[in-house]
Amino acid sequence: MNIWIAIGATAVGCYAVKLIGLLVPAGVLERPLVQRLAALLPVALLAALTAQQTFADGRVLVVDAKAAGLAAAAVALILRAPFLLVVAAAVVVTAGVRAMTG
Amino acid sequence: MTSAGSGLTLLQTCALSLLVFTGASQFALVGALAAGGNPFTAAAGAFFLGVRNAFYGLRLSQLLALPRVVRPFAAQWVIDETTAVALAQPTRRSVRMGFTVTGLSLYVLWNLTTLLGAVGAEAIGDTDTWGLDAAGPAVFLALLAPMLKTTTERAAAGIAVLLGLGLLPVLPAGVPVLVAALAAPAVLYAEGRRSVKTANDAPRDDR
Repeated sequence: MNIWIAIGATAVGCYAVKLIGLLVPAGVLERPLVQRLAALLPVALLAALTAQQTFADGRVLVVDAKAAGLAAAAVALILRAPFLLVVAAAVVVTAGVRAMTG
Repeated sequence: MTSAGSGLTLLQTCALSLLVFTGASQFALVGALAAGGNPFTAAAGAFFLGVRNAFYGLRLSQLLALPRVVRPFAAQWVIDETTAVALAQPTRRSVRMGFTVTGLSLYVLWNLTTLLGAVGAEAIGDTDTWGLDAAGPAVFLALLAPMLKTTTERAAAGIAVLLGLGLLPVLPAGVPVLVAALAAPAVLYAEGRRSVKTANDAPRDDR
Protein backbone atom coordinates (compact mmCIF):
# COMPACT_ATOMS: atom_id res chain seq x y z
CA MET A 1 0.00 0.00 0.00
CA ASN A 2 2.85 2.35 0.91
CA ILE A 3 4.34 1.79 -2.53
CA TRP A 4 1.06 2.81 -4.18
CA ILE A 5 0.98 6.01 -2.12
CA ALA A 6 4.52 6.81 -3.24
CA ILE A 7 3.70 6.04 -6.89
CA GLY A 8 0.56 8.18 -6.71
CA ALA A 9 2.31 11.14 -5.08
CA THR A 10 5.20 11.00 -7.55
CA ALA A 11 2.87 10.69 -10.56
CA VAL A 12 0.74 13.66 -9.50
CA GLY A 13 3.77 15.79 -8.58
CA CYS A 14 5.74 15.04 -11.73
CA TYR A 15 2.72 15.61 -13.97
CA ALA A 16 1.93 18.88 -12.20
CA VAL A 17 5.38 20.38 -12.80
CA LYS A 18 5.26 19.36 -16.46
CA LEU A 19 1.88 21.06 -16.85
CA ILE A 20 2.90 24.16 -14.90
CA GLY A 21 5.72 24.78 -17.37
CA LEU A 22 3.25 24.79 -20.25
CA LEU A 23 0.66 26.94 -18.49
CA VAL A 24 2.40 29.72 -16.54
CA PRO A 25 3.26 32.98 -18.25
CA ALA A 26 6.87 33.02 -19.34
CA GLY A 27 8.05 35.83 -17.04
CA VAL A 28 7.49 34.01 -13.74
CA LEU A 29 10.10 31.29 -14.18
CA GLU A 30 12.49 33.23 -16.35
CA ARG A 31 14.43 34.92 -13.57
CA PRO A 32 18.08 33.86 -13.93
CA LEU A 33 18.43 32.69 -10.33
CA VAL A 34 15.38 30.41 -10.58
CA GLN A 35 16.68 28.93 -13.81
CA ARG A 36 20.16 28.33 -12.43
CA LEU A 37 18.74 26.65 -9.35
CA ALA A 38 16.52 24.43 -11.48
CA ALA A 39 19.54 23.40 -13.53
CA LEU A 40 21.67 22.74 -10.46
CA LEU A 41 19.10 20.81 -8.37
CA PRO A 42 19.18 17.69 -10.60
CA VAL A 43 23.00 17.79 -10.49
CA ALA A 44 23.02 17.63 -6.70
CA LEU A 45 20.25 15.02 -6.55
CA LEU A 46 21.76 12.75 -9.19
CA ALA A 47 25.20 12.94 -7.59
CA ALA A 48 23.84 12.05 -4.16
CA LEU A 49 21.68 9.25 -5.57
CA THR A 50 24.54 7.78 -7.60
CA ALA A 51 26.79 7.73 -4.54
CA GLN A 52 24.13 6.28 -2.24
CA GLN A 53 22.97 3.54 -4.56
CA THR A 54 26.58 2.51 -5.16
CA PHE A 55 27.99 2.61 -1.65
CA ALA A 56 24.98 2.14 0.62
CA ASP A 57 23.62 -1.16 1.87
CA GLY A 58 20.56 -0.09 3.80
CA ARG A 59 22.03 2.53 6.16
CA VAL A 60 25.57 1.16 6.17
CA LEU A 61 28.29 2.30 3.76
CA VAL A 62 30.01 -0.51 1.88
CA VAL A 63 32.37 -0.94 -1.06
CA ASP A 64 31.29 -4.01 -3.03
CA ALA A 65 30.99 -5.25 -6.61
CA LYS A 66 28.75 -2.29 -7.50
CA ALA A 67 31.68 0.10 -7.04
CA ALA A 68 33.60 -1.81 -9.73
CA GLY A 69 30.49 -1.70 -11.94
CA LEU A 70 30.14 2.04 -11.52
CA ALA A 71 33.82 2.55 -12.28
CA ALA A 72 33.24 0.63 -15.52
CA ALA A 73 30.28 2.90 -16.30
CA ALA A 74 32.46 5.95 -15.66
CA VAL A 75 35.12 4.65 -18.06
CA ALA A 76 32.41 3.97 -20.67
CA LEU A 77 31.14 7.55 -20.22
CA ILE A 78 34.62 9.01 -20.66
CA LEU A 79 34.95 6.98 -23.88
CA ARG A 80 31.61 8.52 -24.97
CA ALA A 81 29.85 5.17 -25.15
CA PRO A 82 26.08 5.26 -25.82
CA PHE A 83 23.69 5.24 -22.84
CA LEU A 84 22.73 1.55 -23.02
CA LEU A 85 26.37 0.48 -23.29
CA VAL A 86 27.22 2.50 -20.15
CA VAL A 87 24.48 0.76 -18.18
CA ALA A 88 25.40 -2.63 -19.66
CA ALA A 89 29.05 -2.15 -18.66
CA ALA A 90 28.02 -1.47 -15.05
CA VAL A 91 25.73 -4.50 -14.94
CA VAL A 92 28.19 -6.93 -16.57
CA VAL A 93 31.19 -5.86 -14.46
CA THR A 94 29.14 -6.00 -11.24
CA ALA A 95 27.88 -9.48 -12.07
CA GLY A 96 31.40 -10.54 -13.06
CA VAL A 97 33.02 -9.31 -9.86
CA ARG A 98 30.25 -10.90 -7.80
CA ALA A 99 30.68 -14.24 -9.60
CA MET A 100 34.43 -14.18 -8.95
CA THR A 101 34.31 -13.11 -5.30
CA GLY A 102 30.99 -14.58 -4.20
CA MET B 1 13.63 -4.29 -14.42
CA THR B 2 15.52 -2.49 -11.66
CA SER B 3 12.15 -1.75 -10.16
CA ALA B 4 10.99 -5.37 -10.10
CA GLY B 5 14.29 -6.22 -8.43
CA SER B 6 13.48 -3.79 -5.62
CA GLY B 7 10.29 -5.50 -4.53
CA LEU B 8 7.68 -3.67 -6.60
CA THR B 9 5.03 -5.82 -8.28
CA LEU B 10 4.62 -6.05 -12.05
CA LEU B 11 1.55 -3.82 -11.88
CA GLN B 12 3.32 -1.21 -9.73
CA THR B 13 6.34 -1.16 -12.03
CA CYS B 14 4.19 -0.59 -15.12
CA ALA B 15 2.00 1.99 -13.39
CA LEU B 16 5.14 3.93 -12.55
CA SER B 17 6.24 4.10 -16.18
CA LEU B 18 2.75 4.92 -17.48
CA LEU B 19 1.95 7.59 -14.90
CA VAL B 20 5.26 9.19 -13.97
CA PHE B 21 7.11 8.85 -17.30
CA THR B 22 10.29 10.68 -16.41
CA GLY B 23 13.11 8.19 -16.00
CA ALA B 24 15.30 9.76 -13.34
CA SER B 25 12.34 10.27 -10.99
CA GLN B 26 11.23 6.67 -11.45
CA PHE B 27 14.67 5.27 -10.64
CA ALA B 28 14.97 7.62 -7.66
CA LEU B 29 11.60 6.56 -6.27
CA VAL B 30 12.35 2.87 -6.67
CA GLY B 31 15.78 3.28 -5.09
CA ALA B 32 14.42 5.18 -2.11
CA LEU B 33 11.64 2.63 -1.54
CA ALA B 34 14.10 -0.25 -1.82
CA ALA B 35 16.31 1.40 0.81
CA GLY B 36 13.32 1.40 3.16
CA GLY B 37 12.39 5.06 2.82
CA ASN B 38 8.88 6.15 3.71
CA PRO B 39 6.62 6.87 0.72
CA PHE B 40 6.59 10.64 1.19
CA THR B 41 10.34 11.27 1.44
CA ALA B 42 10.78 8.87 -1.50
CA ALA B 43 8.20 10.78 -3.53
CA ALA B 44 9.73 14.14 -2.56
CA GLY B 45 13.15 13.15 -3.95
CA ALA B 46 11.53 11.92 -7.17
CA PHE B 47 9.48 15.10 -7.38
CA PHE B 48 12.49 17.43 -7.14
CA LEU B 49 14.17 15.51 -9.96
CA GLY B 50 11.05 16.13 -12.05
CA VAL B 51 11.05 19.89 -11.42
CA ARG B 52 13.35 20.49 -14.38
CA ASN B 53 10.51 19.41 -16.67
CA ALA B 54 8.64 22.61 -15.72
CA PHE B 55 11.43 24.61 -17.34
CA TYR B 56 11.36 22.44 -20.42
CA GLY B 57 7.62 23.08 -20.60
CA LEU B 58 8.23 26.79 -20.36
CA ARG B 59 10.45 26.85 -23.40
CA LEU B 60 8.28 24.37 -25.26
CA SER B 61 5.05 26.27 -24.70
CA GLN B 62 6.41 29.24 -26.66
CA LEU B 63 7.64 27.00 -29.46
CA LEU B 64 4.65 24.68 -29.69
CA ALA B 65 2.02 27.40 -29.14
CA LEU B 66 -0.58 24.76 -28.32
CA PRO B 67 -4.25 25.56 -27.73
CA ARG B 68 -5.10 25.51 -24.01
CA VAL B 69 -7.27 22.38 -24.24
CA VAL B 70 -4.44 20.32 -25.74
CA ARG B 71 -1.84 21.33 -23.15
CA PRO B 72 -2.88 18.90 -20.38
CA PHE B 73 -2.47 16.02 -22.86
CA ALA B 74 0.87 17.24 -24.20
CA ALA B 75 2.22 17.81 -20.67
CA GLN B 76 2.95 14.15 -19.92
CA TRP B 77 5.46 14.09 -22.79
CA VAL B 78 7.44 17.09 -21.59
CA ILE B 79 10.76 15.36 -20.82
CA ASP B 80 14.49 15.63 -21.64
CA GLU B 81 14.32 13.87 -25.00
CA THR B 82 11.22 15.55 -26.46
CA THR B 83 12.55 18.96 -25.43
CA ALA B 84 15.92 18.28 -27.04
CA VAL B 85 14.30 17.19 -30.31
CA ALA B 86 11.71 19.99 -30.37
CA LEU B 87 14.25 22.74 -29.62
CA ALA B 88 16.39 21.56 -32.53
CA GLN B 89 13.60 22.07 -35.10
CA PRO B 90 13.59 25.12 -37.38
CA THR B 91 9.84 25.71 -37.89
CA ARG B 92 6.72 25.54 -35.68
CA ARG B 93 5.34 22.74 -37.83
CA SER B 94 8.46 20.61 -37.39
CA VAL B 95 8.64 21.52 -33.68
CA ARG B 96 5.15 20.11 -33.20
CA MET B 97 5.93 17.12 -35.38
CA GLY B 98 9.21 16.43 -33.58
CA PHE B 99 7.58 16.73 -30.15
CA THR B 100 4.66 14.44 -31.05
CA VAL B 101 6.70 11.75 -32.79
CA THR B 102 9.40 11.68 -30.10
CA GLY B 103 6.81 11.78 -27.30
CA LEU B 104 4.67 9.00 -28.73
CA SER B 105 7.48 6.66 -29.71
CA LEU B 106 9.32 7.12 -26.41
CA TYR B 107 6.12 6.64 -24.41
CA VAL B 108 5.31 3.39 -26.20
CA LEU B 109 8.89 2.08 -26.12
CA TRP B 110 9.54 3.07 -22.50
CA ASN B 111 6.39 1.32 -21.31
CA LEU B 112 6.97 -1.77 -23.46
CA THR B 113 10.53 -2.17 -22.21
CA THR B 114 9.29 -1.63 -18.64
CA LEU B 115 6.80 -4.47 -19.09
CA LEU B 116 9.39 -6.75 -20.69
CA GLY B 117 11.95 -5.85 -18.04
CA ALA B 118 9.54 -6.51 -15.20
CA VAL B 119 8.39 -9.83 -16.65
CA GLY B 120 12.01 -10.76 -17.36
CA ALA B 121 13.12 -9.84 -13.86
CA GLU B 122 10.39 -12.00 -12.34
CA ALA B 123 11.55 -14.87 -14.54
CA ILE B 124 15.24 -14.75 -13.64
CA GLY B 125 14.66 -14.43 -9.91
CA ASP B 126 17.45 -12.81 -7.88
CA THR B 127 18.38 -9.74 -9.94
CA ASP B 128 21.42 -8.97 -7.76
CA THR B 129 23.25 -12.07 -9.02
CA TRP B 130 23.08 -10.58 -12.50
CA GLY B 131 24.44 -7.22 -11.36
CA LEU B 132 21.18 -5.46 -12.14
CA ASP B 133 21.32 -3.44 -8.92
CA ALA B 134 24.21 -1.54 -10.57
CA ALA B 135 21.89 -0.39 -13.38
CA GLY B 136 20.24 2.32 -11.23
CA PRO B 137 23.42 4.21 -10.23
CA ALA B 138 24.83 3.73 -13.76
CA VAL B 139 21.72 5.41 -15.20
CA PHE B 140 22.12 8.32 -12.76
CA LEU B 141 25.80 8.66 -13.62
CA ALA B 142 25.03 8.69 -17.35
CA LEU B 143 22.41 11.41 -16.81
CA LEU B 144 24.72 13.38 -14.54
CA ALA B 145 27.93 13.30 -16.61
CA PRO B 146 26.85 15.70 -19.39
CA MET B 147 25.62 18.20 -16.74
CA LEU B 148 29.04 18.60 -15.09
CA LYS B 149 30.20 21.39 -17.35
CA THR B 150 31.58 24.04 -14.98
CA THR B 151 33.12 24.28 -11.51
CA THR B 152 29.70 25.27 -10.13
CA GLU B 153 28.13 21.98 -11.17
CA ARG B 154 31.12 19.95 -10.02
CA ALA B 155 31.12 21.66 -6.63
CA ALA B 156 27.38 21.04 -6.20
CA ALA B 157 27.83 17.38 -7.18
CA GLY B 158 30.80 16.92 -4.85
CA ILE B 159 29.06 18.45 -1.84
CA ALA B 160 25.91 16.45 -2.60
CA VAL B 161 27.90 13.20 -2.63
CA LEU B 162 29.50 14.02 0.74
CA LEU B 163 26.16 15.00 2.28
CA GLY B 164 24.34 12.03 0.78
CA LEU B 165 26.86 9.49 2.06
CA GLY B 166 27.80 11.23 5.30
CA LEU B 167 24.24 11.66 6.53
CA LEU B 168 23.11 8.21 5.44
CA PRO B 169 23.89 6.46 8.76
CA VAL B 170 22.34 9.23 10.90
CA LEU B 171 19.13 10.35 9.17
CA PRO B 172 16.05 8.28 8.21
CA ALA B 173 16.13 6.69 4.73
CA GLY B 174 15.29 9.10 1.92
CA VAL B 175 16.06 12.24 3.94
CA PRO B 176 19.84 12.46 3.22
CA VAL B 177 19.14 12.84 -0.52
CA LEU B 178 16.83 15.77 0.18
CA VAL B 179 19.47 17.40 2.40
CA ALA B 180 22.06 16.77 -0.33
CA ALA B 181 19.84 18.70 -2.75
CA LEU B 182 20.57 21.78 -0.61
CA ALA B 183 24.07 21.69 -2.12
CA ALA B 184 22.52 23.39 -5.16
CA PRO B 185 21.27 26.59 -3.46
CA ALA B 186 24.35 26.58 -1.20
CA VAL B 187 26.76 26.61 -4.13
CA LEU B 188 24.71 29.30 -5.91
CA TYR B 189 24.73 31.41 -2.74
CA ALA B 190 28.50 31.05 -2.33
CA GLU B 191 28.98 31.91 -5.98
CA GLY B 192 26.74 34.96 -5.65
CA ARG B 193 28.73 36.21 -2.66
CA ARG B 194 32.00 35.72 -4.49
CA SER B 195 30.79 37.71 -7.51
CA VAL B 196 29.53 40.50 -5.21
CA LYS B 197 32.97 40.57 -3.58
CA THR B 198 34.80 40.77 -6.90
CA ALA B 199 32.38 43.48 -8.00
CA ASN B 200 33.30 45.46 -4.85
CA ASP B 201 36.98 44.83 -5.44
CA ALA B 202 36.82 45.96 -9.02
CA PRO B 203 36.81 49.77 -8.44
CA ARG B 204 39.90 49.42 -6.23
CA ASP B 205 41.71 47.73 -9.12
CA ASP B 206 40.84 50.68 -11.32
CA ARG B 207 42.55 53.19 -9.08
